[in-house]
Amino acid sequence: MEPILQADAQAVIDSFANEDVYLHLETTNGAYATHFDESFFSVGAYIRNAFLQYELGKIVGTGPFRVGLKLSIGWVYAEGLTHYEVDEKGRLLMAGLDPAGKLAVALQISKTPFE
Amino acid sequence: MTFEKERQVLVIFPHPDDEAFGVSGTIASHVNNGTPVTYACLTLGEMGRNLGNPPFATRESLPKIRMQELRDAAAALGIQDLRMLGLRDKTIEFEDDEKLADLMYSLIQEINPSLVISFYPGYSVHPDHEATGRAVVSAVGRIPKNVRPKLHCVAFSNNCVDELGEADIRYNVQSVEKQKVAAIMAHRSQTQYMVAAWGDKLETQDPELLAWIHNERFWTYQWPDEKKA
Ligand SMILES: [Zn+2]
Repeated sequence: MEPILQADAQAVIDSFANEDVYLHLETTNGAYATHFDESFFSVGAYIRNAFLQYELGKIVGTGPFRVGLKLSIGWVYAEGLTHYEVDEKGRLLMAGLDPAGKLAVALQISKTPFE
Repeated sequence: MTFEKERQVLVIFPHPDDEAFGVSGTIASHVNNGTPVTYACLTLGEMGRNLGNPPFATRESLPKIRMQELRDAAAALGIQDLRMLGLRDKTIEFEDDEKLADLMYSLIQEINPSLVISFYPGYSVHPDHEATGRAVVSAVGRIPKNVRPKLHCVAFSNNCVDELGEADIRYNVQSVEKQKVAAIMAHRSQTQYMVAAWGDKLETQDPELLAWIHNERFWTYQWPDEKKA
Protein backbone atom coordinates (compact mmCIF):
# COMPACT_ATOMS: atom_id res chain seq x y z
CA MET A 1 0.00 0.00 0.00
CA GLU A 2 1.01 3.60 -0.66
CA PRO A 3 -0.20 6.90 0.78
CA ILE A 4 -3.57 7.70 -0.81
CA LEU A 5 -3.59 9.86 -3.93
CA GLN A 6 -7.07 11.29 -3.79
CA ALA A 7 -7.79 11.72 -7.49
CA ASP A 8 -6.49 8.27 -8.30
CA ALA A 9 -8.49 6.66 -5.49
CA GLN A 10 -11.58 8.56 -6.65
CA ALA A 11 -11.20 7.12 -10.15
CA VAL A 12 -11.03 3.58 -8.74
CA ILE A 13 -14.07 4.20 -6.51
CA ASP A 14 -15.95 5.50 -9.57
CA SER A 15 -15.07 2.36 -11.51
CA PHE A 16 -16.96 0.19 -9.01
CA ALA A 17 -20.10 2.37 -8.94
CA ASN A 18 -23.37 0.73 -10.00
CA GLU A 19 -21.75 -2.72 -10.01
CA ASP A 20 -22.29 -5.66 -7.69
CA VAL A 21 -19.39 -5.48 -5.23
CA TYR A 22 -18.21 -7.20 -2.06
CA LEU A 23 -17.22 -4.93 0.76
CA HIS A 24 -14.95 -5.29 3.77
CA LEU A 25 -15.28 -2.66 6.48
CA GLU A 26 -13.46 -2.79 9.76
CA THR A 27 -12.55 -0.56 12.61
CA THR A 28 -10.66 -1.58 15.72
CA ASN A 29 -8.55 -0.31 18.56
CA GLY A 30 -7.12 -3.73 19.32
CA ALA A 31 -8.13 -6.57 21.59
CA TYR A 32 -5.58 -5.64 24.25
CA ALA A 33 -6.50 -1.97 24.76
CA THR A 34 -8.48 -2.67 27.91
CA HIS A 35 -5.80 -5.06 29.23
CA PHE A 36 -3.21 -2.28 29.15
CA ASP A 37 -5.57 0.47 30.33
CA GLU A 38 -8.63 -0.74 32.20
CA SER A 39 -10.37 2.62 31.78
CA PHE A 40 -10.13 2.33 27.99
CA PHE A 41 -13.47 1.86 26.28
CA SER A 42 -12.73 -0.64 23.55
CA VAL A 43 -14.85 -0.71 20.42
CA GLY A 44 -14.66 -2.22 16.96
CA ALA A 45 -16.87 -3.27 14.10
CA TYR A 46 -16.33 -5.64 11.23
CA ILE A 47 -18.21 -6.74 8.16
CA ARG A 48 -16.74 -8.99 5.50
CA ASN A 49 -18.24 -9.67 2.11
CA ALA A 50 -21.23 -7.38 2.38
CA PHE A 51 -22.75 -7.69 -1.10
CA LEU A 52 -24.04 -4.39 -2.40
CA GLN A 53 -24.11 -1.71 -5.08
CA TYR A 54 -23.42 1.96 -4.61
CA GLU A 55 -24.61 4.70 -6.90
CA LEU A 56 -22.12 7.32 -5.77
CA GLY A 57 -18.77 7.02 -4.02
CA LYS A 58 -16.64 9.94 -2.84
CA ILE A 59 -13.28 10.34 -1.18
CA VAL A 60 -13.01 13.66 0.66
CA GLY A 61 -10.73 15.48 3.06
CA THR A 62 -7.07 16.45 2.96
CA GLY A 63 -5.69 13.23 4.45
CA PRO A 64 -6.41 11.18 6.40
CA PHE A 65 -9.35 10.80 4.05
CA ARG A 66 -13.02 9.98 4.42
CA VAL A 67 -14.85 7.72 1.97
CA GLY A 68 -18.62 7.58 1.69
CA LEU A 69 -20.66 5.27 -0.52
CA LYS A 70 -24.27 6.18 -1.21
CA LEU A 71 -26.48 3.11 -1.61
CA SER A 72 -29.98 3.14 -3.04
CA ILE A 73 -31.37 2.74 0.50
CA GLY A 74 -28.45 3.47 2.78
CA TRP A 75 -24.84 4.45 3.33
CA VAL A 76 -21.38 3.11 3.98
CA TYR A 77 -18.61 5.35 5.24
CA ALA A 78 -15.18 5.20 6.80
CA GLU A 79 -12.84 7.88 8.08
CA GLY A 80 -9.14 7.98 8.87
CA LEU A 81 -8.00 6.33 5.64
CA THR A 82 -4.31 6.92 4.83
CA HIS A 83 -3.08 4.16 2.51
CA TYR A 84 -4.37 2.25 -0.49
CA GLU A 85 -3.58 -0.08 -3.31
CA VAL A 86 -5.31 -1.91 -6.10
CA ASP A 87 -4.07 -5.44 -5.56
CA GLU A 88 -3.33 -8.18 -8.09
CA LYS A 89 -7.00 -9.20 -8.01
CA GLY A 90 -8.17 -5.69 -8.90
CA ARG A 91 -9.53 -5.06 -5.42
CA LEU A 92 -9.37 -1.58 -3.90
CA LEU A 93 -7.78 -1.95 -0.46
CA MET A 94 -7.85 1.17 1.72
CA ALA A 95 -6.58 1.35 5.28
CA GLY A 96 -6.03 3.89 7.99
CA LEU A 97 -2.66 3.23 9.63
CA ASP A 98 -1.62 5.07 12.76
CA PRO A 99 1.93 6.47 12.98
CA ALA A 100 3.11 3.18 14.54
CA GLY A 101 1.80 1.23 11.56
CA LYS A 102 -1.22 -0.28 13.29
CA LEU A 103 -4.39 -0.66 11.29
CA ALA A 104 -7.24 1.35 12.80
CA VAL A 105 -9.75 1.22 9.96
CA ALA A 106 -10.09 -0.61 6.64
CA LEU A 107 -12.47 -0.22 3.72
CA GLN A 108 -12.06 -2.61 0.79
CA ILE A 109 -14.10 -3.05 -2.38
CA SER A 110 -13.93 -6.06 -4.70
CA LYS A 111 -15.83 -7.59 -7.60
CA THR A 112 -15.15 -11.06 -6.20
CA PRO A 113 -15.72 -12.27 -2.65
CA PHE A 114 -12.90 -11.77 -0.14
CA GLU A 115 -11.61 -15.18 0.88
CA MET B 1 11.45 -27.08 38.30
CA THR B 2 12.69 -30.15 36.47
CA PHE B 3 11.18 -31.05 33.20
CA GLU B 4 8.88 -34.03 33.24
CA LYS B 5 9.30 -36.28 30.22
CA GLU B 6 6.05 -36.50 28.25
CA ARG B 7 4.92 -39.16 25.80
CA GLN B 8 3.15 -36.69 23.45
CA VAL B 9 2.39 -32.98 23.77
CA LEU B 10 -0.52 -31.14 22.11
CA VAL B 11 -0.41 -27.34 22.06
CA ILE B 12 -3.64 -25.54 21.10
CA PHE B 13 -3.72 -21.77 20.57
CA PRO B 14 -5.77 -19.47 18.34
CA HIS B 15 -3.06 -17.17 16.94
CA PRO B 16 0.29 -17.61 15.26
CA ASP B 17 2.69 -16.14 17.88
CA ASP B 18 0.64 -17.29 20.93
CA GLU B 19 3.16 -20.12 21.23
CA ALA B 20 6.18 -17.83 20.95
CA PHE B 21 6.25 -15.67 24.06
CA GLY B 22 5.40 -17.84 27.04
CA VAL B 23 5.54 -21.39 25.72
CA SER B 24 8.18 -21.78 23.01
CA GLY B 25 10.96 -22.66 25.47
CA THR B 26 8.78 -25.41 26.91
CA ILE B 27 7.94 -26.66 23.42
CA ALA B 28 11.60 -26.71 22.35
CA SER B 29 12.54 -28.52 25.56
CA HIS B 30 9.97 -31.24 24.92
CA VAL B 31 11.11 -31.63 21.32
CA ASN B 32 14.75 -31.80 22.40
CA ASN B 33 13.68 -34.41 24.95
CA GLY B 34 12.46 -36.59 22.09
CA THR B 35 8.77 -35.94 22.77
CA PRO B 36 6.62 -35.38 19.68
CA VAL B 37 4.81 -32.04 19.81
CA THR B 38 1.72 -31.19 17.77
CA TYR B 39 0.82 -27.51 17.52
CA ALA B 40 -2.76 -26.80 16.45
CA CYS B 41 -3.22 -23.14 15.59
CA LEU B 42 -6.83 -22.17 15.04
CA THR B 43 -6.43 -19.02 12.92
CA LEU B 44 -3.85 -17.19 10.83
CA GLY B 45 -4.12 -14.00 12.86
CA GLU B 46 -5.92 -12.40 9.93
CA MET B 47 -6.94 -9.41 12.05
CA GLY B 48 -3.45 -8.48 13.20
CA ARG B 49 -3.11 -4.72 13.32
CA ASN B 50 0.58 -4.33 12.56
CA LEU B 51 0.79 -3.54 8.87
CA GLY B 52 3.72 -1.11 9.20
CA ASN B 53 3.98 2.54 8.21
CA PRO B 54 5.08 2.53 5.47
CA PRO B 55 3.10 -0.71 5.23
CA PHE B 56 4.69 -4.09 4.49
CA ALA B 57 1.32 -5.84 4.17
CA THR B 58 -2.37 -5.31 3.46
CA ARG B 59 -5.36 -6.73 5.31
CA GLU B 60 -5.51 -9.35 2.53
CA SER B 61 -1.83 -10.30 2.33
CA LEU B 62 -1.27 -10.50 6.09
CA PRO B 63 -2.65 -14.06 6.51
CA LYS B 64 -0.21 -15.43 3.93
CA ILE B 65 2.68 -13.66 5.63
CA ARG B 66 1.64 -14.96 9.05
CA MET B 67 1.23 -18.50 7.73
CA GLN B 68 4.86 -18.48 6.62
CA GLU B 69 5.95 -16.94 9.92
CA LEU B 70 4.11 -19.70 11.77
CA ARG B 71 5.90 -22.33 9.68
CA ASP B 72 9.24 -20.63 10.37
CA ALA B 73 8.57 -20.50 14.11
CA ALA B 74 7.52 -24.16 14.17
CA ALA B 75 10.71 -25.06 12.32
CA ALA B 76 12.82 -23.08 14.81
CA LEU B 77 11.25 -25.09 17.64
CA GLY B 78 11.52 -28.43 15.87
CA ILE B 79 7.74 -28.94 15.76
CA GLN B 80 7.09 -31.77 13.31
CA ASP B 81 3.31 -31.64 13.30
CA LEU B 82 1.86 -28.17 12.70
CA ARG B 83 -1.90 -27.99 12.12
CA MET B 84 -3.69 -24.90 10.84
CA LEU B 85 -7.34 -25.34 11.65
CA GLY B 86 -8.69 -22.67 9.30
CA LEU B 87 -10.84 -20.63 11.65
CA ARG B 88 -10.85 -16.86 11.50
CA ASP B 89 -9.15 -14.46 13.87
CA LYS B 90 -11.51 -12.73 16.34
CA THR B 91 -14.45 -15.00 15.48
CA ILE B 92 -13.71 -18.01 17.71
CA GLU B 93 -16.13 -16.96 20.46
CA PHE B 94 -18.90 -16.64 17.88
CA GLU B 95 -18.54 -20.24 16.68
CA ASP B 96 -20.93 -22.89 17.98
CA ASP B 97 -19.41 -23.78 21.36
CA GLU B 98 -20.37 -27.43 21.15
CA LYS B 99 -18.93 -27.86 17.64
CA LEU B 100 -15.72 -26.13 18.66
CA ALA B 101 -15.39 -28.45 21.64
CA ASP B 102 -16.09 -31.40 19.28
CA LEU B 103 -13.25 -30.22 17.06
CA MET B 104 -10.88 -30.06 20.04
CA TYR B 105 -12.09 -33.42 21.26
CA SER B 106 -11.45 -35.15 17.93
CA LEU B 107 -7.99 -33.59 17.81
CA ILE B 108 -7.22 -34.88 21.29
CA GLN B 109 -8.56 -38.33 20.40
CA GLU B 110 -6.35 -38.44 17.31
CA ILE B 111 -3.15 -37.12 18.89
CA ASN B 112 -3.68 -38.91 22.23
CA PRO B 113 -1.44 -36.51 24.18
CA SER B 114 -0.12 -37.02 27.69
CA LEU B 115 -0.04 -33.23 28.08
CA VAL B 116 -2.27 -30.54 26.56
CA ILE B 117 -1.20 -26.87 26.67
CA SER B 118 -3.69 -24.06 26.00
CA PHE B 119 -5.09 -20.89 27.58
CA TYR B 120 -6.73 -20.74 31.01
CA PRO B 121 -10.35 -19.68 30.45
CA GLY B 122 -11.19 -16.56 32.41
CA TYR B 123 -7.57 -15.41 32.63
CA SER B 124 -6.28 -15.08 29.08
CA VAL B 125 -7.52 -11.62 28.02
CA HIS B 126 -8.21 -11.97 24.27
CA PRO B 127 -11.69 -13.27 23.37
CA ASP B 128 -10.13 -15.86 21.02
CA HIS B 129 -7.85 -17.07 23.83
CA GLU B 130 -10.83 -17.38 26.14
CA ALA B 131 -12.97 -19.24 23.62
CA THR B 132 -10.11 -21.59 22.75
CA GLY B 133 -9.41 -22.29 26.40
CA ARG B 134 -13.10 -22.96 27.08
CA ALA B 135 -13.34 -25.40 24.17
CA VAL B 136 -10.17 -27.23 25.21
CA VAL B 137 -11.32 -27.49 28.83
CA SER B 138 -14.71 -28.76 27.69
CA ALA B 139 -13.08 -31.36 25.39
CA VAL B 140 -10.55 -32.59 27.96
CA GLY B 141 -13.35 -32.71 30.54
CA ARG B 142 -15.20 -35.27 28.42
CA ILE B 143 -12.35 -37.72 28.95
CA PRO B 144 -12.69 -39.93 32.05
CA LYS B 145 -10.51 -38.69 34.90
CA ASN B 146 -8.31 -41.75 35.07
CA VAL B 147 -7.16 -41.41 31.42
CA ARG B 148 -7.30 -37.63 31.09
CA PRO B 149 -4.17 -35.92 29.76
CA LYS B 150 -2.62 -33.26 31.97
CA LEU B 151 -3.83 -29.76 31.11
CA HIS B 152 -1.35 -26.91 31.60
CA CYS B 153 -2.72 -23.44 30.97
CA VAL B 154 -1.25 -20.06 30.13
CA ALA B 155 -2.79 -17.12 32.01
CA PHE B 156 -1.79 -13.47 31.91
CA SER B 157 -4.82 -11.38 32.83
CA ASN B 158 -4.15 -8.67 35.39
CA ASN B 159 -6.04 -10.67 38.03
CA CYS B 160 -4.64 -14.13 37.28
CA VAL B 161 -2.24 -14.46 40.23
CA ASP B 162 -4.75 -12.88 42.65
CA GLU B 163 -7.41 -15.41 41.72
CA LEU B 164 -5.48 -18.54 40.69
CA GLY B 165 -2.52 -18.14 43.02
CA GLU B 166 1.06 -18.37 41.76
CA ALA B 167 1.62 -20.67 38.79
CA ASP B 168 2.34 -24.21 39.95
CA ILE B 169 4.50 -25.11 36.91
CA ARG B 170 7.62 -23.01 36.42
CA TYR B 171 10.41 -23.76 33.99
CA ASN B 172 13.70 -22.06 33.32
CA VAL B 173 14.23 -22.44 29.58
CA GLN B 174 17.63 -20.76 29.39
CA SER B 175 19.13 -23.84 27.71
CA VAL B 176 16.88 -23.29 24.67
CA GLU B 177 17.10 -19.48 24.69
CA LYS B 178 18.35 -19.33 21.10
CA GLN B 179 15.44 -21.40 19.80
CA LYS B 180 12.96 -19.31 21.75
CA VAL B 181 14.38 -16.04 20.44
CA ALA B 182 14.34 -17.48 16.91
CA ALA B 183 10.65 -18.40 17.31
CA ILE B 184 9.81 -14.91 18.58
CA MET B 185 11.73 -13.32 15.69
CA ALA B 186 10.08 -15.66 13.16
CA HIS B 187 6.81 -13.82 13.80
CA ARG B 188 8.34 -10.73 12.21
CA SER B 189 5.09 -8.96 11.39
CA GLN B 190 4.14 -9.10 15.07
CA THR B 191 7.48 -8.79 16.83
CA GLN B 192 9.81 -6.65 14.73
CA TYR B 193 9.11 -3.50 16.75
CA MET B 194 9.48 -5.34 20.04
CA VAL B 195 12.75 -6.92 18.93
CA ALA B 196 13.98 -3.53 17.69
CA ALA B 197 13.14 -2.07 21.10
CA TRP B 198 15.38 -4.70 22.72
CA GLY B 199 18.34 -2.95 21.07
CA ASP B 200 21.51 -4.61 22.31
CA LYS B 201 19.90 -5.95 25.49
CA LEU B 202 20.28 -9.55 24.28
CA GLU B 203 24.01 -9.18 23.62
CA THR B 204 24.58 -7.29 26.86
CA GLN B 205 22.57 -9.91 28.79
CA ASP B 206 20.11 -7.42 30.25
CA PRO B 207 18.82 -9.22 33.37
CA GLU B 208 15.22 -8.05 32.97
CA LEU B 209 14.96 -9.18 29.35
CA LEU B 210 16.67 -12.49 30.08
CA ALA B 211 14.34 -13.16 33.02
CA TRP B 212 11.38 -12.50 30.75
CA ILE B 213 12.75 -14.87 28.10
CA HIS B 214 13.96 -17.60 30.46
CA ASN B 215 10.93 -18.00 32.70
CA GLU B 216 7.82 -19.80 31.55
CA ARG B 217 4.91 -20.56 33.83
CA PHE B 218 1.73 -22.57 33.63
CA TRP B 219 -1.24 -23.25 35.83
CA THR B 220 -2.49 -26.82 36.06
CA TYR B 221 -6.17 -26.56 35.23
CA GLN B 222 -8.28 -26.86 38.35
CA TRP B 223 -11.29 -29.06 37.61
CA PRO B 224 -14.28 -27.88 39.65
CA ASP B 225 -14.60 -31.31 41.31
CA GLU B 226 -10.91 -31.33 42.25
CA LYS B 227 -10.62 -27.85 43.74
CA LYS B 228 -8.62 -27.77 46.89
CA ALA B 229 -10.81 -27.01 49.90
ZN1 LIG C 1 -3.23 -14.55 20.80
